[in-house]
Amino acid sequence: MNHQKVESTTVDSFKRPSQTKEIWRRFSKSKGAVIGFVLFSIIAIMLLAADFIVPYEAAIKQDFSQQLAAPSREHFFGTDGYGRDAFARLLHGGRTSLSIALLATFSSAVLGSALGAISGYFGGKVDSFIMRSLDIFMSVPDILFTMAVVYALGANFTNLLFALTLAYFTNYVRLVRSQVLNLAEQDYVEAARAGGSGSTRIILSHIIPNAVGVIIVNTTLNVAKIILYESTLSFLGLGMPPPQPEWGLMLSEAREFMRTAPWLMFFPSAAIVITAASINLMGDGLRDALDPHLKS
Amino acid sequence: MAHTEIQNILEIRDLKVIYKTDLEVVEAVNGLDLTIGKGKTLGLVGETGAGKTTTALSILKLLPSITGRILQGEIYFDGEDILKKSEHDMQSVRGNRISMVFQDPMTSLNPVLTVGDQIAEAVQLHNPDMSKEQINERVAATLNMVGIMPSRSGDYPHQFSGGMKQRVVIAMALSCEPELLIADEPTTALDVTIQAQVLTMIRELRDRLGTSMLMITHDLGIVAQTCDDVAVMYSGIIIEAGTAEDIFLGDKHHPYTVGLFNSIPNLDIKSDRLNPITGLMPDPTNLPKGCVFAPRCNHQMEICLEARPGVFEEGTHKIRCYLFSEAAGNSKAGVDLNAE
Repeated sequence: MNHQKVESTTVDSFKRPSQTKEIWRRFSKSKGAVIGFVLFSIIAIMLLAADFIVPYEAAIKQDFSQQLAAPSREHFFGTDGYGRDAFARLLHGGRTSLSIALLATFSSAVLGSALGAISGYFGGKVDSFIMRSLDIFMSVPDILFTMAVVYALGANFTNLLFALTLAYFTNYVRLVRSQVLNLAEQDYVEAARAGGSGSTRIILSHIIPNAVGVIIVNTTLNVAKIILYESTLSFLGLGMPPPQPEWGLMLSEAREFMRTAPWLMFFPSAAIVITAASINLMGDGLRDALDPHLKS
Repeated sequence: MAHTEIQNILEIRDLKVIYKTDLEVVEAVNGLDLTIGKGKTLGLVGETGAGKTTTALSILKLLPSITGRILQGEIYFDGEDILKKSEHDMQSVRGNRISMVFQDPMTSLNPVLTVGDQIAEAVQLHNPDMSKEQINERVAATLNMVGIMPSRSGDYPHQFSGGMKQRVVIAMALSCEPELLIADEPTTALDVTIQAQVLTMIRELRDRLGTSMLMITHDLGIVAQTCDDVAVMYSGIIIEAGTAEDIFLGDKHHPYTVGLFNSIPNLDIKSDRLNPITGLMPDPTNLPKGCVFAPRCNHQMEICLEARPGVFEEGTHKIRCYLFSEAAGNSKAGVDLNAE
């Protein structure tokens, strides 16, 4: 009787602690992660509010009386070869660059991880098919492949996104596959199967959460790479169509004036470095926060 | 035919399982017969490599898909042949009607999910209509049942000790109140004190829930404590089976069973050496033509090397050995019992 009572009270008072809260608590403990988060938030807010800070007009309006002006009160970051305000171009260009980079990273991570997980989990013929197709994919140089896609489809936001996704998903496939090959042999996967879970469920709720650490690290490294890759495409004339600003495009345009107006190169580079660094810091913190073993 | 003996929760007939690789064929289970009555516990005893785990995985149809093959036989679970069921049907059987406790609790829990989530997963999977509160309640009740505070359901496996992890694993297995629980050496990875605790708990829960159980072990002590019936397995064959009394108290035994009992050190007699069965189990890629135990048997006869012995039955006690076949009057060959 008494025993019964105790049991029911414990059942009632039992409440599961929120997972998100717990992860946030661990995330906020790491200094690097917080610095990265703050930096990235500032960048993100500035880019989102770009229209209120400097109108888009300023980024594309050419003023030949103001060509290659040094940074001043009027033009914070100077002006480029066409007399366009570099600060405005940086802010508005960042919107394009960062959204392409983030979206392309995300879509390549999802596509690559899914294929990698399927390949590693099922093995056999499925694995051979996916991996051999991937080999064909990878035998074509990335840049040639992307160029071909953009050239064939035309240079715009969606096609650029598509091309970058195709160029970057391959390393996720290999990475995740190698993880899954190991994870699929674990006893808890066998136990989940013995508990009646189907393959989809096992992959999604048992295997991917265990592989998420490597995926996140790779993802954060890729954001910076993709921003630079965009600049390569812009340099080849296959990036966003001008006069639309973009960080990579700004860099390749600034190259011409490297000796006379070095700040033109400095600011976009700094923007890329800071963005990339803040994302990497956040990624590291997130990986640690998601790993329950480090929970103190 | 299957419906004649529905009082048996599990009935395996003439099961044959091989693992086939490019290089060789491993004959893991060779014509195995096994019966578990409803509400009964069967102890499956045998040394490493005897095919115990393979048998368990066959019941759940979880043999490694690339190498494992069930060549022949029938596995009736509650009157239905499991081997004829589709993968989809099996998913609703696994974890719901038959569940399994694995050997090593350290590795059979997912390190990145909380134990509450892992138990909830099993519950939700087989009860899709349950609300979140109902599932949480069931998780809490299950944890209570195995003696873990429900407040710990938000903790991760590494925050539990080995014994507690095995309790969690058992909680997962029992969360859907299965009709048959397969315990594959559930206490091998635990130390002796914890082993005793876990065994007591398993016994209590089994009695409370009325679950039938297949207890796989190589520890005769565990069998004596928990099982109603015992089957001794060697090289993929049941060489002796019967009630616990038949095995522990009976006077007729298969030479292998005798060897097993002799190899347990006796606390009352001072001796310098253990008394193992000499030799090793036969190579499963190249099994002997005759009795699988013949090469190690000190009662070996000519006939033992030529053909597999039949079953000698005496009440509930079954022995697969030529030593007894004539006595039973179903001799397959004229064997001189005194030839030794």
